[in-house]
Amino acid sequence: MSKKPLQFTLNGDSKAVFVEDGQNLLDVLRRGVGDLSPKYGCGQGTCGACTVLIDGEPHLSCLTLAETVEGRSLSSTGGLAQGADLHPLQDAFMRHFAAQCGFCSAGMLMAAKALLDRNPNPSRDEVVEAISGNICRCTGYEPIIDAILDAAQSGTGRRSA
Amino acid sequence: MSIHKGRGFASINYPIGMNLGGDPSQALVHSNPDGKFAVALSSIDLGQGMKQVTRQIAAETLGVPVEDVYVDTADSDTGPHCMGSFASRGTHRVGNAVIQAAKEARSVMLEAAAEELEVNAADLETDGKGNIFVRGAPSRSISTGEACGAAQFKQGKTVSGRGIFLIPMSDVDPETGEMTPVSCYAHAALVVDIEVDDETGEVDVKQMNSAYEVGRALNPRMVEQQLVGGAWMGMSHALWETTEPYYPERTHGPTDFNQYLMPGPGDIAPHNIAILERPAPDGPYGGKGPGEMCANPVLPAVANAVFNAVGVRIDELPITPEKVLRGIKANGGARPQGQW
Repeated sequence: MSKKPLQFTLNGDSKAVFVEDGQNLLDVLRRGVGDLSPKYGCGQGTCGACTVLIDGEPHLSCLTLAETVEGRSLSSTGGLAQGADLHPLQDAFMRHFAAQCGFCSAGMLMAAKALLDRNPNPSRDEVVEAISGNICRCTGYEPIIDAILDAAQSGTGRRSA
Repeated sequence: MSIHKGRGFASINYPIGMNLGGDPSQALVHSNPDGKFAVALSSIDLGQGMKQVTRQIAAETLGVPVEDVYVDTADSDTGPHCMGSFASRGTHRVGNAVIQAAKEARSVMLEAAAEELEVNAADLETDGKGNIFVRGAPSRSISTGEACGAAQFKQGKTVSGRGIFLIPMSDVDPETGEMTPVSCYAHAALVVDIEVDDETGEVDVKQMNSAYEVGRALNPRMVEQQLVGGAWMGMSHALWETTEPYYPERTHGPTDFNQYLMPGPGDIAPHNIAILERPAPDGPYGGKGPGEMCANPVLPAVANAVFNAVGVRIDELPITPEKVLRGIKANGGARPQGQW
């Protein structure tokens, strides 16, 4: 099987890796460049745990052909915190107890970030729609929705970078 | 075609833990030379908060700040034996084991402090902020770190403790069939309001109101979190989830998230919860276990609400639109049971 070179930006850092034909982006992120923040949930695009942003848009990395991100800019949950300073969304998730097992959190955070970057003042329905591709098995969604609305209302959900 | 409102009620007594040949859990506690404590457990934190609750219990019993306690869970190679995290037993069983272990470690820590302060250990108290002092003379004090350091470097003592909590096996009485499977019950009552569409058979949960009696809520925010999420799961079991096929045979059953139905973030209902605290006599600081009980009352309450709304008694979960429609058809139409 031939390998192809691939370059992209992840959380502001340039990455260069070799990818196999047909390799999916989640696999490249986790095994190729060692970013373990996107999670492998179902591998078929139904749970949302692998959500990352490609040029600001949320994508299911398990269903994204790695080659298609050549030259593009990716964000994952691994890049949300600035050192010890949590992203406002992460902070709101903690304050609202919006996680139990935490497996969905990375995908939820990226779906929420994409929403707030695009729409800093979403309605509750817009939040629900934004995370409707992400499955949570523990919280019943309510604390997650509350956390996203809180991060938006505190006006700090949006961060340039 | 019309929408029928219904209200259902259910209340439950929920046993904490189980009794398959006895139900033990163990804990080991030891201090490091700097006075920080490690709690070793084989018990598992699946997100329900086992680590946090046992950490609080250990800190409270030891008399040290919660920041000074580290809980290491889920390593059955190096941790002491635990039956596991199931049957809502974690807080109750493991918490009690942690108390016993922490008491033993605390007594060694106080003995070490007594030797350093040249007083009787029985006269010592902890302030919960990392200090040990002589009762009535707070200026005569030593930090927990100094006491643990002295124990290990000067006195040659391990500041450590072993704990086990066992609910012994209860045999069935051959004469009466009687047994005592559990020592501790939690309780819940829940009212659910729904709407049933008699054309589609769909059941829409509008609101839940509940009261859960959980002993003492050792970490109130985490208890509330678990109740909210658990009740959602109960709603999901009542109306959505099944591994059985709907049509026409087992091979058509769901095998993944594409086919396995669960309510999404748009399907949740407002849920008002009252947490009632009646500390359990044999629970750690009165705690029971919210665990599975979060979900349990929702299922019968929803079934009762469906009966109230359209007069269909469904005795097989989940309550799918198909079952509701078949019931309505068998009855010759919806038979609302009247307003509450």
